[in-house]
Parts: sequence; C-alpha cells; structure tokens
Amino acid sequence: MKADEEAQDQAASIAEVREAVKRFAAPEGGIVTALDGVSLKVRPSEFVTLLGPSGCGKTTLLRAISGFEELDAGEVRIAGAPMTGVPPHRRPVNTVFQNYALFPHLSVGDNVGYGLDVAGVPRAERNTRVGETLERIGLDGYERRRPDQLSGGQRQRVALARAIINQPKLLLLDEPLSALDRNLRKAMQLELKNLQHDLGICFVFVTHDQEEALTMSDRVAVLNAGRIEQVAAPETHYHRPATRFVAEFIGDGALFSGRVEGPAKDPVLVTADGLRFAVASGTPAGQEATLLLRPEHLEAAPKSPRASHGVIEARLEQSVFLGALHQFVCRLANGATIIAAPTGAGAGNLSEVAIGDSIRLAYRRDQPHLIPEVGDGA
Amino acid sequence: MARRGDTRRLAFLLGPASLFLGVFFIGPLAVMVVYSFLEPGLYGGVEWNFYHWNYGRILGWADGEWEEFDAVYAQIFLRSARLALTNVAITLIICYPAAIWVSGLSARWRTMVVFLITLPFFVSLVVRLFAWVLILRPSGFLNSSLMGLGLISEPIDIIFTETAVLIGMAYILLPFMFLPLYASIEKLDRSLVEASSDLGASPLQTFFRVTLPLTLPGIAAGSVLVFIPSLGNFIVPDILGGAKVLMIGNLVEQQFLSARNWPFGSALSVMIMAVMFVLIVLYLRSMGRQEARQ
Repeated sequence: MKADEEAQDQAASIAEVREAVKRFAAPEGGIVTALDGVSLKVRPSEFVTLLGPSGCGKTTLLRAISGFEELDAGEVRIAGAPMTGVPPHRRPVNTVFQNYALFPHLSVGDNVGYGLDVAGVPRAERNTRVGETLERIGLDGYERRRPDQLSGGQRQRVALARAIINQPKLLLLDEPLSALDRNLRKAMQLELKNLQHDLGICFVFVTHDQEEALTMSDRVAVLNAGRIEQVAAPETHYHRPATRFVAEFIGDGALFSGRVEGPAKDPVLVTADGLRFAVASGTPAGQEATLLLRPEHLEAAPKSPRASHGVIEARLEQSVFLGALHQFVCRLANGATIIAAPTGAGAGNLSEVAIGDSIRLAYRRDQPHLIPEVGDGA
Repeated sequence: MARRGDTRRLAFLLGPASLFLGVFFIGPLAVMVVYSFLEPGLYGGVEWNFYHWNYGRILGWADGEWEEFDAVYAQIFLRSARLALTNVAITLIICYPAAIWVSGLSARWRTMVVFLITLPFFVSLVVRLFAWVLILRPSGFLNSSLMGLGLISEPIDIIFTETAVLIGMAYILLPFMFLPLYASIEKLDRSLVEASSDLGASPLQTFFRVTLPLTLPGIAAGSVLVFIPSLGNFIVPDILGGAKVLMIGNLVEQQFLSARNWPFGSALSVMIMAVMFVLIVLYLRSMGRQEARQ
C-alpha cells in the first residue's frame, strides 16, 4: 500500500529532488555546504518558490535542477527520469536568468527563436512560434530590435519568451525581478502568475523577497543554511511557521522562547527573563516552545480583560502611521520590542496613549502560533 | 577661458608623444615615400629625379633598359602573404583553446599564465631564434631525439625550409595572438554560454552560435597583430630559412644593405605598408560597425 502510494506520488511529481548534497571549496579555503540534504517535490502546474537569505542554497538548488551544478549526493528527477549525468542541454527545463543573459549579438526574434533554431525547427514554424510567443508577452513587432535597445522590463519579457518557447516541463526563474523597479516588479509578479496559470507549466522561482514569494506562489520552500526549513502554502508559513527561522523570515512579529507552565486550562509561557504569556488552553505543560505574536494579534487591553485573552505590560515608544494601518512600537520589561498593529476599534484606543506612557496590550490566547522546540531548535 | 586652459593642457599632455612620433616616425616615413620615387644613384645614394620605374619593376611596367620587370618580386610578395596568413591560422588554432582554458582558471593562476606568456620577451629575439636553429638542425635536438627513439633513420630536413620559418614565426608571435584573444574570451559573459546550453544547444552549437561571434573582435585584433609583423619579417626567414626562403622583408633588407638600391627598397616597403594600411582600415571599420551596433 505504501509502495503503491509512493509510485503514484512519483508519477504526479514533475520534478523531484532527493537528499541533495552539494559542497563547494570556498575561495578563502575550507568547504561550504550549499545544500545539506534537501528534498523537494514539484507537482504538476504548480508555482513553487525557493525563498531564503543570500547564501542559503536556493540558487544552487535551482542550478542542480537545470544541470549546471552536479550534486555530490542525492539525485534530481524530472518527470520521473533520473537526471544524474544528464547535461543541461538535454534536460527538459528552461531557465530565466537573473541578469536575463540575452545574446547581445542577436535580435529579439533570434533570441526568442534560439531554442527552436538549435533544435532544427523548420523556418516557417519557427517564425510563427516566435511571433506567437512575442505576442503572448506583449512584445509583438519587436523581432528586429536588439537587446540593448530595450528597457529593463522588456528585456525581462524577452528572457521569459525565450525560456517558454521550448515548452519546458519546468521553468526555472532565478530572481528574475530583482533588477526591476518596485512598480514594474509588482506588475510583473501578477503577470508571471497569470502566465504560469495560462501555460500550465511548473514554475520554480528563486527569490530572497518574502513578499514576492507570498504573492505568487502555490507553495513556498524556505531555505536556510542549505536545508529546507518548511515547505507549505504562503498562509501556512505566515500563520503556522514550523521553525523560529521561518517565523523571523516571513512577516513581522515578536518571538518569545520559554517553557509552558500552569494548568491545562490556563497555560502560560514563561521566558528565561521572567515574562509570562498566556497561551492556548490545552497546551501541555513542560514543553519548550516559541510564541509568535504578529502585530495584528495585539490590541489595547480593556479595563478588565477576559480569561480568553493574554495581557502584556509595555511602554509605548513610537507610533507609526502607515496609511492603511497604524503601528505602535512598544518596549517590554526585558527590553524586547514588540509591534502592535490593531485593526478596527483597538487602534483608536491606542492612539490616545502618549509616547513614553505605559500601555497594556491584549491578544486572544488561541491566536498566536506556538512553535514547539524540536532538538536543537535553531 | 576654460576652453583655452583645456587646449593648453591637451598640448602639454600630447606634445611630447606627438613630437617624438613626428621626428622619428612620420619624418622617416615621408623620406622613404619620397625616396621610392627617386632614381637610384650609380654607386648607391639617390639622384633627385622623379622616377616611377621602381614601382614598374614590381608591378609590370619597366623601361627594359635600366630597369627590368621581374615577376619574382610579386611572387615573393605573395609567398610572404601566404606565410603570414598561414601563421595567423597556426597561432589562432593554438591560442584559442589555450585562451579558453586559461580564462577558466582561478584569478591567481590566470595572472601567472599571462606572465609566463610574456616571459620570452625578456630574452633577445635573435638568441631565441638561434635556440630553434640548435633544435631543428640535422644534428639538433629534434632529429637526434627522433632517431634515438627509432622513429626515423635519417635526419629530416626542417631547418632552412618554410616549415622552419613558420615554426619560428608562430613561436615569436604567439603572445600577440594570445593576449587579445584571452582578453575577449575572459570578457565573455559565462551566463550567455549557460543560457545557450539551457536552451538546448550542444557544446558545439554553443561555440559556433555564441562564443565565436562574441569573441570575433579578439580574433580580428589578434589576426591583425600577427599578420602585420609576419608579412614584413626578415629575421626569422634569415635565421631559420637560410637563403632558401626569401620573404619580402629580406628583399627590402637586401636592397638597403647589399644592393644599395635605396629607392627600390623604399618602393618595396611602401608596397608592404599599403597592404597593411588597407588591412587596418578594414579592421577599424568593421570594429566601428560592431560598436555602432552594440
């Protein structure tokens, strides 16, 4: 039964990375482990984002899939076929490079048609497909232009057209939006998402920008130091991060580590420096855990808070108006900073507090996520 | 005011170089062009008469009395051009793979290799060429090693042949091909090669569709830098070609030093320069076009 499920799962995955290990000799000596046992499955027509800080191994993972890096251990499978020893030009994947890597000596049309030309597609069919692809990305009529006559956004589109014309099973995108300005980047994010939906091919997208990752992806894999911390839908990463790293990396929030104490009806997380936070009832006592308080969980506490709420004593340090919401930066007794961004009526109450005054914040005790400490728990 | 200051600074900066080139390069060049149209004196020197038969001897009009047209000059010229072109091909074939290999090394090793390639310049050219005489002569290193290995039973004739001249010229001009090639290959964006491979091009297709076209400027620069000194070379054919392989440079040398016919030697030199001039103009124009395109 289990083997059966596995076989089915494998057929369903477009790309699969198993226990990938990749080490580099660092230029200043020593060995850097870029991938430290990474496993990942990409399902059909899925938009997966590899997210992480620079040096976390996300680009190495992408290059292992495209074939530009050979793994030291583990394997890559594409559509079920093992890719070990298969050179990049024989892999059914295409890449949109970070700096676009357009051929400067070829016109836009020849850049886009490159994949068809090297495959020997007949001229007439090739021209039709180049025209169609350029039209699809909104650059029809640009065939004769040279890459250096295009704007950054247009170059980005040409790079995209060039990569999708071969109809790859998997499109790899290596921080393709990082060189664009903010407005263009926003527009391209949605366009990429639509394109992926229309084409129905898998996108594996690499970025260090969490907002980008959350906006576009079906699933996000958060990488840190060569390991995958968590693979999940964007909402899951935000509301129920599996590790402290994910909680810190995605979204704003304050994290408090400690031990759960007290009766099951009224459990409290006690930190090393004595702060106490009420947590969801039913949390077993004795557990080491980290509490994640998002700004939107917090609001001004009423005079007599209900038992279903936790209360935090703090001092208001700063009040920041951000348009749609208002942030209140508060400092706790142990010196930690916590940000409250209440929605609705809670905001009004906080606005009346003067800067420097003490303040009481409340949250529903079942709302903040509690990350159980596992092993070293880093 | 600012303009005048600029002019003065420019004159100050460019003055010494201009003066030097004017006195030691343009001046002698002008003298040579003038001499090529003068009558050779009976005992060397020149008579100050306009005299176009110098060119007639080479290109086919001569009075048949004092000056004979002889096709041998054109033949020597063509042979020189052929040897120079062959040399360009040899150095290109040797240097291109080498430059690709060097550009893939770590920064420290790249500097080391470039240094090693310029190292032979520290030794006199004549000394280096005589080393080749010792290697290539019948009782030299090459023949004695081949005979010692039993590959040949008698010394093969290499010294004083075109082969020897080509070996020598390729040897001294390799750096002039390598350095511009290396510069353009090193400048080549690695991600373009990866993009080509990613789009399904085999290594060979990538080479002909991406690497070669993008390193064409380096190939052109190296070819010009090797062709020009090859064409006018007289030391290598003198030392390694003996009396058998006469190149245009030797002919000029003979006219000046042995025959003491300075006007005819000048005419031959002007012919060489004309060919080089045309080549350089073509090269600069193609470069200009490429730059305009990029």
